[in-house]
Amino acid sequence: MAQMNMLHAINNALDIAMDEDESTLCFGEDVGHFGGVFRATSGLQDKYGKMRCFNTPLVEQGIIGFANGLAAQGSRPIAEIQFADYIFPAFDQIVNEAAKFRYRSGNEFDVGKLTIRSPYGGGIAGGLYHSQSPEAYFAHTPGLKIIIPRNPYQAKGLLLASIRDDNPVLFFEPKRLYRASVGEVPTEDYQLPLGKAEIVQTGSDITLLAWGAQMEILQKAADLAANDGISCEVIDLRSILPWDVDTIANSVIKTGRLLVTQEAPLTAGFASEIAATIQQECFLHLESPVERVCGLDTPYPLALEKEYVADHLKIYEAIKRSVNY
Amino acid sequence: MSNELYNDGPIVHKPTFIDGTSVEIPELKILQQDGTVYEGSDMPDIDEALAVKVYKTFAFHRVLDERMVASQRQGRLSFYMAALGEEAASIGGAAGLKPQDMIMSQYREQGALMFRGFSLENFMNQMFSNDKDLGKGRQMPIHYGSKELNYMTISSPLGTQIPQATGYAYGQKLQGLDAVTLCYFGEGAASEGDFHAGLNMAAVQEAPVIFFCRNNGYAISTPADEQFKGNGIASRGVGYGIKTLRVDGNDILAVVKATQIARAYALKENAPVLIEAMSYRLGAHSTSDDPSGYRTREEEQKWQANDPIVRMKNWMLAQNWWDEAQETALYEKLREKVLAAVKVAEKIEKPHIDTLISDVYDVPSAQLTAQLEQVKTHINKYPEAYPFTAGKF
Repeated sequence: MAQMNMLHAINNALDIAMDEDESTLCFGEDVGHFGGVFRATSGLQDKYGKMRCFNTPLVEQGIIGFANGLAAQGSRPIAEIQFADYIFPAFDQIVNEAAKFRYRSGNEFDVGKLTIRSPYGGGIAGGLYHSQSPEAYFAHTPGLKIIIPRNPYQAKGLLLASIRDDNPVLFFEPKRLYRASVGEVPTEDYQLPLGKAEIVQTGSDITLLAWGAQMEILQKAADLAANDGISCEVIDLRSILPWDVDTIANSVIKTGRLLVTQEAPLTAGFASEIAATIQQECFLHLESPVERVCGLDTPYPLALEKEYVADHLKIYEAIKRSVNY
Repeated sequence: MSNELYNDGPIVHKPTFIDGTSVEIPELKILQQDGTVYEGSDMPDIDEALAVKVYKTFAFHRVLDERMVASQRQGRLSFYMAALGEEAASIGGAAGLKPQDMIMSQYREQGALMFRGFSLENFMNQMFSNDKDLGKGRQMPIHYGSKELNYMTISSPLGTQIPQATGYAYGQKLQGLDAVTLCYFGEGAASEGDFHAGLNMAAVQEAPVIFFCRNNGYAISTPADEQFKGNGIASRGVGYGIKTLRVDGNDILAVVKATQIARAYALKENAPVLIEAMSYRLGAHSTSDDPSGYRTREEEQKWQANDPIVRMKNWMLAQNWWDEAQETALYEKLREKVLAAVKVAEKIEKPHIDTLISDVYDVPSAQLTAQLEQVKTHINKYPEAYPFTAGKF
C-alpha cells in the first residue's frame, strides 16, 4: 500500500500494463518526454522507449484512427485524448470504427485491445472547453465500454481491467480529482470489475447514484441528509456502458426512491437513461419520481460555475423533495 | 532542433511566392496500349506464372462485375459497385505485395482480394448476406474482409482506413515483421480529414505503409477538378514529407513496379510511400447512379481506348504467355461459374437470429441478451411476419 493521488495511481497502472506486455503502447499529444499535460504518462518514455511511448501530432481523429489500426493488428494501444472536450474530431473513429469493428467484420477483426483515456469533467475553472462530460454521447453507441473512476484505488483497478478487456474502452478520468483525491492504493497489480456498480454506503430511505467526481459531492449531500435522519444508500455506477441495472434496481426496490446526479447537462444525459430503466424495472416500488440533479442545459460556464454545477446543496434539496414527496 | 527539417531556399528581400502548382510530378509508364514496352523501362519483377495469375484475375474481375451489375438490375441483388476500367490499380497493387502484407481498402478494390484468392463462394455469400458470409450478413454488398487473406473488412465511412493503416503498419514495425500495410483510397476520399491525419502521422511516426490513391476522376458525380486544386493527390505527399510516385493506373506493369519498389522502400526505411495511380472509372459509382447525368460519352470513349485489360492482353500475346483460345475458354468458364454461384448463394438461409447480438462485444452484455429474448418471444407470437427466422431457434 502507498499513498497515491489519482494521477500516481493511473501512472502506476500504465507502468504495470507496459511492463507486462511489450505490445502495449501509450501515446497522444505531449504524452512522450513531457509525460502529458497532467503528467499521467510521466517517466514511461524513459522506461519503455520512444517506440512505445510517444508524442503524436495534434490530430485527435488521427490518434484514434492510428490506435484502431494498432489494435486491429494485435498491439495494445492506450491512446490519450488531452481533454474530453477535444474528443469530437475522433467521434467517427470511435463511434463508426472502434465500436463496430468486430460486429461489421463478423469477428474477422476487432479492436478489443484499445483503451482511450481522457481527462473529463469540470470544477477546475476550465470554462466550456475544459470541463465537459461527454459520456452520454458515447453511451448511445453499442460496442463501447465506458468507465469512470471515483478515487485513486478505483482508477488503478478499473484502468488495468480496461486495458486488459477485450473490447474498446473509453476511460474518462475526473481531472478535478487528479491531485485532489488521495488514498491508499496497493502497489501491486489488481483489477476491479467492469460493468459492476459498487454500493459505497448502505441505507434504507433513498438510493443516491453517481459516478466520477460527483461521488464526493453525493457523499457530502448524504451526510447532510443523515443529520436530518434520512438514511441514504450511496452507489457508484463506475461503468456507464454496459451498466449494472440489477444493483441499482435491487437498491431502489429496497429504498423506494432514486436520485441520480451527473455533471453533464440534464437533457438526454445518462441519468435520463437510468431514470427510464428504473421506472420500468421498479414502477410499483417507487414512492416518488426519480430525481435527476444535473448541469443546466447550457454550455459549461466559467464565472458562474458554482451556480451551474450539481453541488451537494442542490442534491440535498432533491433528497428532501424525494423523501417528502 | 525543428529547423533541421526545413530545406531552406534562398533568403529574399522581396516577397517571392512559390506557385501552388509548381511541384512537377513525373508519371511512370511502362506498357503501351499496343502491348509494347517503352524503351529503357525498368521492368517489374514479373514472370509468366505471376503474369498469368494477374491476367486471370482481371478476367474474373470483369466477369464478376458484369454479372453482378446484371443481377442487381434483375432485382436479385440490392447493390453493387463495379471497378470497370481501373482494375489494374487493385490487382497490380496486390501483385506487388507479399501475402503477409495487410491490405486496407476503400471499397472498389475487390481485385486485390481476388488476387489473394478469396473464393467466388465467399464473394457471393457476402453479397447475398447469407448464413455463410464471413461478415455474418451485416454489411451491404461489396464490404468484404478476410483475416486469413490479410484483407481488412471494408467500412463505408470514407477515408477512416487511412490513419488505421498507419497504426497497423506501426504495429508491424514494432513487432519487427517482414510486412507492410497498403492502404487504398480514392481521390475524393483524400479530401477527408482522415487522409491528412493518416499521412501526417505516418510520416512523423515512421510507419511502413503504402498509401495508394486511385485517382479515377470522379467521386460519385463530382469531378476531380471540383474536389481539389494543386497537382493532384501526389503533391500532398510532398507536403507531408512522404516519398511519392505517380503512375499510369491503367498500366499493370507500372503499378506492379511502383508497388514493389514502394514495399521495399517502406520496409527498409520504415517510412511511408504515396502512390497516385491515374485512371478513370468507366462504370457508374454504384448501381444507384447513372453517369450520363454528369459526364459525356466522348470522355468515356477516350478512356475506353485505354482499357488496362486489353493493354495487358496485348503484352501477354506478344510474350506468347496467352492466346485467343485460352481467352475464349476462360471467359466462358467464368461466366458459367459466376451464374451458378449466384443461384447457390441466393438460396442459402439468412444468418441465425442469435447473430443479431453477437460480436457487439466479445460476450453479449446482460442487456443485449435480454433484448434478444424479447425479440424471440415477439417472433414466436407473429411468426408469419418474420419468415427468415421464425421457427428456426
